[in-house]
Amino acid sequence: MSAIAGHGAAVRVENCGKTFADGTRALEPATLDIARGETLVLLGPSGCGKTTMLRIIAGLELPDAGGKVLFDGRDMTSTPIEKRNVGMVFQSYALFPNMSVAENIGYGLKIRGVPADERAARVAELVTLTNITGLENRRIDQLSGGQRQRVALARAVAIRPGILLLDEPLTALDAALRDRLRGELNRLLRALGITAIYVTHDQAEAMELGDRVVVMRKGAIAQIGTPRDIYFAPQSRFVAEFIGAANIIEAPLDRGELVLPGGRLPIGGDASLPAAVAMIRPETIGIVDVGTAALTGIVDSVSFTGNRQRIVVSGVADKPLTVDAPNLVKAKAGDRIGLAISAEAIRLLPMED
Amino acid sequence: MSHRSFVWFCLLPLAVVTAAFFLLPMVRLVVTSADGPQGLAGYLAILTEPRYRATLINTVLLAAATTLVTLIVATIAGMFLQRHRFPGRAVLIAMLTFPLAFPGVVVGFMIILLAGRQGLIGDITKLLVGEKWVFAYSIYGLFLGYLYFSIPRVILTIMAAVQKLDVRLEEAARSLGASPWAVQRDVVLPALAPAFVASGAIAFATAMGAFGTAFTLATNIDVLPMLIYTEFTLAANFSISAALSVGLGVITWFILALARSFSGDAVAAAG
Ligand SMILES: Nc1ncnc2c1ncn2[C@@H]1O[C@H](COP(=O)(O)OP(=O)(O)OP(=O)(O)O)[C@@H](O)[C@H]1O
Ligand SMILES: [Mg+2]
Repeated sequence: MSAIAGHGAAVRVENCGKTFADGTRALEPATLDIARGETLVLLGPSGCGKTTMLRIIAGLELPDAGGKVLFDGRDMTSTPIEKRNVGMVFQSYALFPNMSVAENIGYGLKIRGVPADERAARVAELVTLTNITGLENRRIDQLSGGQRQRVALARAVAIRPGILLLDEPLTALDAALRDRLRGELNRLLRALGITAIYVTHDQAEAMELGDRVVVMRKGAIAQIGTPRDIYFAPQSRFVAEFIGAANIIEAPLDRGELVLPGGRLPIGGDASLPAAVAMIRPETIGIVDVGTAALTGIVDSVSFTGNRQRIVVSGVADKPLTVDAPNLVKAKAGDRIGLAISAEAIRLLPMED
Repeated sequence: MSHRSFVWFCLLPLAVVTAAFFLLPMVRLVVTSADGPQGLAGYLAILTEPRYRATLINTVLLAAATTLVTLIVATIAGMFLQRHRFPGRAVLIAMLTFPLAFPGVVVGFMIILLAGRQGLIGDITKLLVGEKWVFAYSIYGLFLGYLYFSIPRVILTIMAAVQKLDVRLEEAARSLGASPWAVQRDVVLPALAPAFVASGAIAFATAMGAFGTAFTLATNIDVLPMLIYTEFTLAANFSISAALSVGLGVITWFILALARSFSGDAVAAAG
């Protein structure tokens, strides 16, 4: 393993914006610092500029004037990709159809003039590492989607890149395979100690893989933070709603309490405002006895998903609240139900956005 | 009518056409060639008789050179035209593909205008080096004419193939450290191999059999189609001209089959 482990470079993206030739503004000038060995996830809806950011770091796209890309403090902005020593994994895998699996994996080494025997040894090591033993001599069109993904990954890390760039590497796979490969990928990235930048629009993937997550929106960075930060302390309504399920309610404030149709709800934050927008995660809402509950409402619907159940309660706030409840709670549509929400579970958001 | 007999019914016109315009004349050609004073040995004469053999070698070399140069020129031009947007691009493509409609006679005529006794090249070289260069009526003129004839056809095929190339493959190769040359060698050219075989085959076959250009230029060019013509019309040597015709077809077919099997692996892998 140590033979494969890269050293991992620190990356700094400084003031990089991107306007395409046709005038499309894909990226607002943004600055990002990625530590050595860190896995940073770029997360956001389609068209928000994730791929553009990745391609700027890779050297496939030039940032607008004023933008800079630095690896370990060295300015790489005008260095072409072939001299940057970055590994890339594309969503479509982009494996060479005229080469076998082993030739694909060894291509970067061959280009670097690594002698054939040394190359074969490295390829064998990577084949084992990525679990594709026995496929070395196959042609690419004889592989399944999951196998192609592994070959693409092996090919990218074979050159011991300082930085590994992955653009939605799992999106083309079915859900079960995606889950399994996500786990494998996570272990591999940690084992290699490589600096990785991972693009996805799947928030579960982002949470599991990222040391930090960059949430992007319309070409701008909406928030950067650890998965926990992003999930529990979103700084905007967009981030709150994009990551996981969220109840967003608007209500007037009175002496530190939200005044709701279903009762009063104390908040932890700034109580001096006249009104507030608050986010409450569905799984942080407890179900309690109706008699003693501070908040009550009527069950609209119950959807049972096996390990949990999703209960929609109306009459509590300005719009129905979704509650993610344990599966043993007995509730049916039309029931009166009592809810408990602790002050820590409430996150105030800026009013407008 | 059952489904099966319907299909047969639809194939009937094809069968008639095949028989009338393809099989019958071919059989007749073969029969005629064997009919001469030498019988089947007429075929051998293509190889043994020095004049025929030289002409055959000439023709194959000329066709091979035409194919090679056409592929090189058309690949570079096609790649550039497909990958770059610049003012005048559409006009340039139109100009390059304009000769598509020209028959060989017109192409020959243009070569004479260019490199003939009153030609442009002659005038220019006379001014520059004091000597008039005239090569329209030689094999070089013919070569130029065939290039002019094949390049438009090949450019169009190559442009279509380049458009279908997956740019991600090139980017992947570059990320692995491949220089622009290495990317061409390892990714682009292998992916274009099927287009090379398809368009190269057409260029080669055209150059082997084209007559109009040769006839227009011909004073001292020995290529197979011209030889067949002279044997047929001037010497009334029916059996030899028939044998030469069959030989021309067989040799062209054989070389194309060879090229295809040679590049077969690349084509299969790229497909
Ligand atoms: N070469 C280009 N020319 C013009 N506009 C482009 C080009 N490439 C991307 N864009 C535009 O830039 C914006 C950002 O594109 P980008 O590919 O970075 O999005 P993304 O976040 O990766 O989306 P997805 O999740 O769908 O892959 C989009 O509006 C896109 O249409
Ligand atoms: Mg993208």
